[in-house]
Amino acid sequence: MEVDAAVINTIIDKYGKDKSYLLAMFQDVQRQYRYLPKEAIRHICDMLHLPFSKGYEVATFYSSLSLTPRGKHTVHVCLGTACHLRGGPNILDTFERELHIKRGDTTENGLFTLESVNCLGACALAPLVRVDGHDYGKTTPGSVKKIIKEYGEST
Amino acid sequence: MIVSIEQLDGIAAEHTKKTGVFGKTVKICCGTGCVSSGALKVYEKLSEFINAEGLADKVLIKKTGCHGLCERGPIVVFGDDEILYQTVGKRNLEDDARLLLKTIREGVIAENLLYKGEDKTKRYVSPRDIPFYAGQTRVVLSQNGILDPEDIEEYISSGGYRAVYKALAMDPVEIIDWIQKSGLRGRGGGGFPTGTKWRSCKDAPGEPRYVIANGDEGDPGAFMDRSLMEGNPHAVIEGMIVGGYAISSHQGFIYVRDEYPLAVHRLSIAIDKAREYGLLGSNIFNSGFDFDIKIFRGGGAFVCGESTALMSSIEGKTGEPRAKYIHTVEKGLWDKPSNLNNVETWACVPHIINKGWEWFASIGTPESKGTKVFSLVGKVKNTGLVEVPMGITLNEIIFKLGGGIQGNRKFKAVQTGGPSGGCIPGEYLEMPVDFDSLTRLGSMMGSGGMIVMDERDCMVDVARYFLKFLVDESCGKCTPCREGVRRMFEIVDNICSGKGSKGDVEHLEELARAIQLGSLCALGQSAPNPVLSTIKYFRDEYNVHIEQKKCPAGVCKALTTFMIDAEKCTGCMRCASECPVGCISGEKKKVHTIDQSKCIKCGTCYDMCKFDAVKYA
Amino acid sequence: MVEFAINGKKVTAEKGESVLDVAHREGFDIPTLCYHDTLGSDGRCRLCVVEVRKGNRKRIATSCLYPAESGIEVFTESPDVLLVRKTVLELLLARCPNSETIQYLAKEYGVTQARYRKDNDKGKCILCNLCVKTCELNVGAAALGMSGKGPFKKVTTPYGEPSNDCIGCGACVAICPTGHIYIEEKDGVRTIWNKRFELARCPKCNRYHAPVEQLAFIASRSGTTMEQLLICPDCK
Repeated sequence: MEVDAAVINTIIDKYGKDKSYLLAMFQDVQRQYRYLPKEAIRHICDMLHLPFSKGYEVATFYSSLSLTPRGKHTVHVCLGTACHLRGGPNILDTFERELHIKRGDTTENGLFTLESVNCLGACALAPLVRVDGHDYGKTTPGSVKKIIKEYGEST
Repeated sequence: MIVSIEQLDGIAAEHTKKTGVFGKTVKICCGTGCVSSGALKVYEKLSEFINAEGLADKVLIKKTGCHGLCERGPIVVFGDDEILYQTVGKRNLEDDARLLLKTIREGVIAENLLYKGEDKTKRYVSPRDIPFYAGQTRVVLSQNGILDPEDIEEYISSGGYRAVYKALAMDPVEIIDWIQKSGLRGRGGGGFPTGTKWRSCKDAPGEPRYVIANGDEGDPGAFMDRSLMEGNPHAVIEGMIVGGYAISSHQGFIYVRDEYPLAVHRLSIAIDKAREYGLLGSNIFNSGFDFDIKIFRGGGAFVCGESTALMSSIEGKTGEPRAKYIHTVEKGLWDKPSNLNNVETWACVPHIINKGWEWFASIGTPESKGTKVFSLVGKVKNTGLVEVPMGITLNEIIFKLGGGIQGNRKFKAVQTGGPSGGCIPGEYLEMPVDFDSLTRLGSMMGSGGMIVMDERDCMVDVARYFLKFLVDESCGKCTPCREGVRRMFEIVDNICSGKGSKGDVEHLEELARAIQLGSLCALGQSAPNPVLSTIKYFRDEYNVHIEQKKCPAGVCKALTTFMIDAEKCTGCMRCASECPVGCISGEKKKVHTIDQSKCIKCGTCYDMCKFDAVKYA
Repeated sequence: MVEFAINGKKVTAEKGESVLDVAHREGFDIPTLCYHDTLGSDGRCRLCVVEVRKGNRKRIATSCLYPAESGIEVFTESPDVLLVRKTVLELLLARCPNSETIQYLAKEYGVTQARYRKDNDKGKCILCNLCVKTCELNVGAAALGMSGKGPFKKVTTPYGEPSNDCIGCGACVAICPTGHIYIEEKDGVRTIWNKRFELARCPKCNRYHAPVEQLAFIASRSGTTMEQLLICPDCK
């Protein structure tokens, strides 16, 4: 992935080159590129006078950051306690089976990345699935197939 | 720029006048739960109708924060709690929006949008009469569901920022004294006396000092803080300004979970607006006191809810906790005195300042004062947020407010305190809910998540669930937590897979004790609690898994087989059509069968069957 | 000056001094793995735990971090202390079954077998963090760091690739308590952290003695010329 230094610099400047905002900068970069490219980590570290190793530590510690390119759509299956009790694991299983990938992976066509998340705080709608920020409540194995179809067809 | 109480009152009067011209107010809940259920579509549709009817200047439609009754969302409330409509737009958006319009225009109540009672015959018009609301004492949540959280003038006109004005005229020591005497204890889980914490921070040497709001609500099944930050962000900000003044801090931080984008959005707006109105920034109310707040987004790491890990994260590092032999009130963020409180704790502060410590101390039990917000989730009928006085019983919360167990199954346990807490069985339902009682039961208050479980929930599986969670969320710094919890998981996972052996439970107990004693931070020290509490109250269930290789609840897949009872099966085909792997065969009106070689034991057929024809063993 | 007791013996210490330092000075045996006297401690391994009693309160504390204070009673071998140490050693033995250091320490505490499945992907690394700290604080290169979290945490250069910051000095090898870090020297080339370093040859004795990159790093920081640095310590 080609990383545009100007784009990264804008992000760094937005946070006043303050090291405290390393995680926020990484999140902004990820929003831009759908993942956190190696060159972006290196560039930010250089600009902030941080060792590359420290940037890499932060980049790999926080689970909201991804070092590999994500799919066009990110599916988050909630596995909070309420979702666990109301069948969340079956929903995740169904996504894995239907998309032929494991949690954390991206489909070969680059359309879907499948992730699990520990509670999105909408427990009344358990089991909950969030696709690109859009929530689907009270999902069933049947509705999973519909969700995949909906996003698969829209592209 | 607001510099005087007169200006504050002026804005309130102006706002009341502005909104007073509207004959009616319609409040649409736009908390995460209702938004996920389609609340924004209801808002758009209704606005469209209102505009088309030329009523735009007569009816005020507000997007508010969470009303609490998430199970029945989207929620729409008319006026001053006169009418509550539930599941609006769920069946047909267009029809329901027309019903809303009819109520607005003709005052006709739409019967089928009303909340129905247990027996399905009683319908409730006002939320005040619905048991879910009637049994609550709303203090922190009092403005949630009433205010438009993106409008600072609404907050001001409902009495907002008066606590800051009042506090700035008080002596900081007196404020701390009030907080101390109010009996307020930390709402994030620990229950540490807030006043004591403030005093220690104020007395600690070193400059500058920081105040921090912990909004990294990571306990699964808990969303009190989210609803507060989304529904009434100014209350948190106001509490922090008071706290900052009391301990002589000029900089506050709010650390919010990355999973809560709406909370970040609303807080950002609130902070910008507060700055614009001069309520944050320099010389607030001409008092000479300066204070500002920055927001930090988390990165999806549960451990960052721990205070030292959170501070490390704000410093731009990984969220590894450190030993607290020297407290964070002395050496916290950047090694400076730092006062961290949970979001809900901060939101209590303006109420204490406005109404006095005596009022706050009059609510609750001798050791736990005030109210507490709980998120009631799991197998309970009314999933949602409830705020109750400390000391109320579990029974009242789960059965009176929560309406009991879904599908009228049997109550089995309630899990409190998230991954640091434990499961409490039925025999303790009459136990008062306060910090100390829950701890005595081997659980803890935690941040306020209450997960209700029924007979179809396996306690060994629940222990396994929390261990898995903790394995994933351990920061990996210290040996007992990093290595020990994953070994506990292996043992429990074996038990769930039918590979448990005699002595496993005793081994778990020994390992658990070592982890409790030896771990570096509270996350590790409390990690064994879900296992220990389930062993304590449900040891038999562990034994049945180990000795008989059976899962009484039919959850552990390796130990469960689903079958169809030929006597009861009506051949309705519901299970067959819902089976995710298509392993159920049978013709209409003929007995169905499950192909055991293909069955993935998800239990969907069991949950779907209306005739109790699916059995498990 | 503070006064307290260790296993019943009265001891004195400077305020703020760690209980571990005092105990070692007074001749008490407390095992450690992640502690190093020049790099301080973060309380990672939890081997140095002791029981601290203060009035009616008793707690298990890491002695490397616990500041000495007046009136406390410290016990270095109480049943709870032994439980934590034994558990930590059994867990580490399962993680690093081939580490002689861990085998030896575990045996001292009566642990010869771990009851858990042995790991085969962790080498001898116990995540004490000493290599990372020495690289950053003593050497000043900061080539190493931790990656990931929880059971997946490991010490690595960024992306596990040869690092521009690594100077091949081997300080990490020297400080590692378990001998986890791989280093090889062959035909004038040192290999460490997947990076190959050309070794400098002493113009006097003609022996290979240090990576050229390391000497250049020292030259850039100290002002000593490369010519001087090329001469090995033995010939100086």
